[in-house]
Amino acid sequence: MTIATGIRLTDTEDTLRSSAPHTFVALLARDLRVLRQDAASFAVRIGLQPVILLFLFTYVLPKIGTGSALSANGSSATFSTILVPGLVASSVLMAGLMAVSQPLMIELSYTNEIEDRLLAPLPTWMFGLQKIVSGALQALIGGAIVFPIAIVLHAPGQAPLLQVESWPLLAIVVLFGSLFSASLGLLAGTVVDPRKTGVLLTVLVMPATLLGCVFYPWSALAPLRWLQILTLFNPLAYFSEGLRASLTSQVPHLPTGSFLTALIVGSAATAAFSVFAFTRKVIS
Amino acid sequence: MSAIRTVELSKTYSSPEGKVPAVEGLTLEVASGEFFGLLGPNGAGKSTTVGMLTTLVRPSAGRAEVAGIDVSHRPVQVRRNIGVASQADSLDRKLSVADNLEFRGRFLGMTRRVARRRAEALLETFSLVERRNARAHELSGGQVKRLIIARALMHRPQVLFLDEPTAGIDPQTRHNLWDALRALHADGQTILLTTHHMDEAEALCQRAAIIDNGRLLACDTVPTLLTLAGAKTIVTVTYDRSVPSDLEGLRGHPDVSRVDVNGSQVKAHTHDAESLLGDLITAGVNAGLRVRHVMTLRPSLESVFLTLTGREYRE
Ligand SMILES: Nc1ncnc2c1ncn2[C@@H]1O[C@H](COP(=O)(O)OP(=O)(O)OP(=O)(O)O)[C@@H](O)[C@H]1O
Ligand SMILES: [Mg+2]
Repeated sequence: MTIATGIRLTDTEDTLRSSAPHTFVALLARDLRVLRQDAASFAVRIGLQPVILLFLFTYVLPKIGTGSALSANGSSATFSTILVPGLVASSVLMAGLMAVSQPLMIELSYTNEIEDRLLAPLPTWMFGLQKIVSGALQALIGGAIVFPIAIVLHAPGQAPLLQVESWPLLAIVVLFGSLFSASLGLLAGTVVDPRKTGVLLTVLVMPATLLGCVFYPWSALAPLRWLQILTLFNPLAYFSEGLRASLTSQVPHLPTGSFLTALIVGSAATAAFSVFAFTRKVIS
Repeated sequence: MSAIRTVELSKTYSSPEGKVPAVEGLTLEVASGEFFGLLGPNGAGKSTTVGMLTTLVRPSAGRAEVAGIDVSHRPVQVRRNIGVASQADSLDRKLSVADNLEFRGRFLGMTRRVARRRAEALLETFSLVERRNARAHELSGGQVKRLIIARALMHRPQVLFLDEPTAGIDPQTRHNLWDALRALHADGQTILLTTHHMDEAEALCQRAAIIDNGRLLACDTVPTLLTLAGAKTIVTVTYDRSVPSDLEGLRGHPDVSRVDVNGSQVKAHTHDAESLLGDLITAGVNAGLRVRHVMTLRPSLESVFLTLTGREYRE
């Protein structure tokens, strides 16, 4: 190996347009480049779970005669109609959570990779914010993958009945749902010891996704008052109910004011706190 | 203008075991265009100092300016003006070799076209062209070090920080890297290099600071450091048996500034190694001792370290 010694450093054409927005966009471009490189595994990771759940609920269980138990009580809607918003919400939540937390845990612990991007000329809190925006984008892409799957896969004659009452409402719910999930990802990636991710997944994430009003509307929980109240502490519940209100308003759902408040205030508070924790953590 | 200026810079980490003072009251000045060495054994506080100067470690006390900019108050502005080759492997594992360079340029505000062109030139310079599409984890240790330095040079940084750039690479590669660094310096690049290899600082640096346990022991031009009080050639003679503590009045010897006798070993500091060596052998023969091993250590930063701390410099 030889290193050429005639290193020319001066390059008069290099006028740097370094500004915070430019750096922010370049960091996003980096994340998208990485995402494109493992597009296939991303799609499988996001799409497989809903496919399996749909297969289970709309094909296997009805065939073996357990399906009727799953039809939502208090509503004439088909189970598919109930399931679509729930599945999309839980997939988006998982996509955003994982998109931020998984790489961050690795960058913070086993390697020193984070240093590369920390040295980018951007205030550290904006770098945290960039991670949230990037995670939210990936969550949206995840939602775009799952949505068609959820519509197409259903039991014969049980097509989900979707109708968008208000596009702005749908946009706001999806936007804040994605931001919420990415903020939770930044928080988890920052505060959770990477050796404990298994525990986190089984103790918190798994129950939260199963019990987040994915398979039933919140109102159907009325006979289980304690669970109904407990569910109000689950961000996913507001996201599922918000999508239900936007896509299948004929199914009972939480009032618009309450899920919007929960999603907007919740994501803003989580984003602020996670960015604060992240900044504290990376600059020692 | 000085490229780096620190005043009473200190860092104390709080860890579960309590407070760890890593750097204490460091006051330094590095001139623009200078090749400056920061020397010290493991745990001396070199990386912590570099961390504070590169805005990744928050100082606990004191001040520091890089390229005339305060690191605590305007860290983003400092980041625009520095290139950092960190000690730990900070390559982006998810990106290829070429993309590691390209994105560094884009973070700094280059357009994609300019960043790509610059990356190509650096791949060429650092002999990484054939590895351009490899992922970072597929590189050899020496290639990793080169890519980290290349990445630090994507823009023309006012100050280049190299934290142990030659740790763990073979002697041939190391000498090639030294040549590259000399060429950079000749081109006007200000460089702060940390190392625990004394010979590296001697070979490259104009001035050096020696730190140990977070404190500055000495800071001067390398020739001056070498002639620091007491920095003489150290002659170590090992005999086959314990030696009497005043081996024939060695302590009174006009050329000897210091003698340490330890079991069968005599260690003497002198300006005139040749004649002292003869005297030591003769004295041994007269005392019925046989010489087993002789070592002379010419004035080097290693002997400076020994003189300053009274401890062997450990690697
Ligand atoms: N993040 C941290 N938290 C707590 N203590 C730390 C941290 N980083 C470094 N230290 C301690 O600070 C001291 C100085 O460490 P530093 O890494 O600056 O040394 P160094 O001179 O770079 O050593 P080396 O040659 O091994 O790289 C050491 O005692 C180290 O254990
Ligand atoms: Mg170090």
